[in-house]
Amino acid sequence: MRRATSTSATLEAPLLKVRELTCSFGPGCSYCADRDAILERNMCPRCGTIHALRQVSLDVYPGEIIGIVGESGSGKSTLMRCICFDQQPSSGSVTTGLVENGTVDLLACSPQQKRAIRNTIFGMVYQNPWLGLRMDFSALSNIAEQMIASGNRKVEEMRTRGLSLLEQVNIPLRRASDPPREFSGGMQQRVQIAKALSNNPPILLLDEVTTGLDLSVQAKVLDLILRLRRDLDVSMVVVSHDLAVIRMLAQRTSVMLDGKVIEQGLTDQILEDPQERYTQQLVHSLL
Amino acid sequence: MRQLYNFAFFDEGSKREIRRAILKGIAIPGYQVPFASREMPIGRGWGTGGLQITLAIIGRDEVLKVIDQGHDGSVNAVNIKKLICATTGVALTEDTAAASLIQSRHRIPEEPLSEQQVLVLQVPTPEPLRDIEAREQVTQRLHAEADYTGAWLGLFEQVVRYGSATTGADHPVLVNGRYVMAPSPIPRLDNHKLDHVANLTLLGAGREKKIYAVPPYTSVKSLDFEDYPFVTETFEGRECRVCGAKGVYFDELVDEASGKTYHQCNDTNYCHKRQLERRQFEEQQSERRQLGTQQPAAQQLGDSDTGAEPLEAQHPEMPLERQQPAAQQPAAQQHEKRQPRLIAPEVTA
Repeated sequence: MRRATSTSATLEAPLLKVRELTCSFGPGCSYCADRDAILERNMCPRCGTIHALRQVSLDVYPGEIIGIVGESGSGKSTLMRCICFDQQPSSGSVTTGLVENGTVDLLACSPQQKRAIRNTIFGMVYQNPWLGLRMDFSALSNIAEQMIASGNRKVEEMRTRGLSLLEQVNIPLRRASDPPREFSGGMQQRVQIAKALSNNPPILLLDEVTTGLDLSVQAKVLDLILRLRRDLDVSMVVVSHDLAVIRMLAQRTSVMLDGKVIEQGLTDQILEDPQERYTQQLVHSLL
Repeated sequence: MRQLYNFAFFDEGSKREIRRAILKGIAIPGYQVPFASREMPIGRGWGTGGLQITLAIIGRDEVLKVIDQGHDGSVNAVNIKKLICATTGVALTEDTAAASLIQSRHRIPEEPLSEQQVLVLQVPTPEPLRDIEAREQVTQRLHAEADYTGAWLGLFEQVVRYGSATTGADHPVLVNGRYVMAPSPIPRLDNHKLDHVANLTLLGAGREKKIYAVPPYTSVKSLDFEDYPFVTETFEGRECRVCGAKGVYFDELVDEASGKTYHQCNDTNYCHKRQLERRQFEEQQSERRQLGTQQPAAQQLGDSDTGAEPLEAQHPEMPLERQQPAAQQPAAQQHEKRQPRLIAPEVTA
């Protein structure tokens, strides 16, 4: 496995550190407790336990976009869900320099602390907008939700902020008080991004944001993401099975297969000179 | 005496279970305590929650008042009174001040209650976060973590869409700085009658199987935004056509003859009392007019104070009417009889 070396200054501390994240569903047994045990894809052949994540580690440096690729069921979304506390992993740690200087494992925090961290440090955009939005509430309320959660009790302030975010993501302001249910898929996705940005989070987690969108809308969303990185210097973790998206956005990429990170490195290197058999297959089939 | 039912309908074990839930509710203001809501001889959704609380705490020397949307004589109230009376034989009253136990649906009486009184409210939907989150498991967790984003979000949505909070009733409140609670569908005008008041308020939801409480002198704050503060319904420029009251909750009625709308106090007992007061005052005035100017002016003034004094200062002189639930009489007529009687529980056969 390769290690990223040059892009991020080695002196700089990572903004987000994920270490040995493991997430399994099932009783587990002595066989699959071994971290190098050979599984049937991600399932233990003896006890049937599903190992959705196996010792996944990740570093995200300030202002960097990390790509995660892999086939369906390889654990990409589970990884995202674990990082933003939607899913409690079996073991592992997530730390960020923004909380207690990186000395505290976020996964061990109280639910209240987790909620506060989620509302201020992470912005999450789900693959399925129905998970991230309240479809019956207006777009503006959806954006305000995060601000209300972090203690804002001023309607006008939230309205102004909401409108400016909607403008940033190119949603006509006359649609601001319409519910996302009535929006197209691309618009819903952009409302989600606006919602995720409402509290100016330093870390954005984007799970398959462009999947299912037509090409022109895809281009708009990708454009927006790049603009956010340029203007706001937001760090991002971008999950996609679309290598073109990864190539466009990410500086470094991790390739996941059956819950494991099988290859990690600079995006160009991985796409031009894949080492692992699966990555080679992936790159060849898609490019 | 042959009794078909145990005192207050329930067996003692049931009463104890409900009382335990009530005590827990009082200990944790605003927290919804689950309880084993029982089958009642009235349908769920018709006040069974309040009724179960009333039956669990009622004693033989209780004086009971039951109101439905401010009215002592409406069907729901009368039926509940009948049931309670038939199984307990307690005294009934329509006089808010005379009652020791008041069960109400969707209103809190206009007259302030005292430390000796208990108010029981019937609740259809006890969960203030239900509109935001349909799953009970999740709302319980949100309460546990005091995550009330959803309650505020609902209000924000109303402000965004309609320019102001549009909760006609059941405006969510924060109890004791901890739990967000549905105050039952009382009008917003009644919310302040829960805040730091002398009486104990018990809320029961029979269908949803929840009991919760606001103990005396507990802070109850209506949720609002800094720039959109909580406002009550306004009835500016309107007054009760019958008693002339202002600033209370009104019913809007249509005068069939002229086709015009007019307003009348929603709280019937309050209205009757004021009518009586007014009549007394007018009688006194006319008596005095007949007597001429023989009395010194100062005493005349002092005597006439009664008309302007608040109700509660007067109530010791008010007649405490006692009546059988089956024989409902218009309260105005009763007041005319004006024969103070002692209230004693009657044993029903």
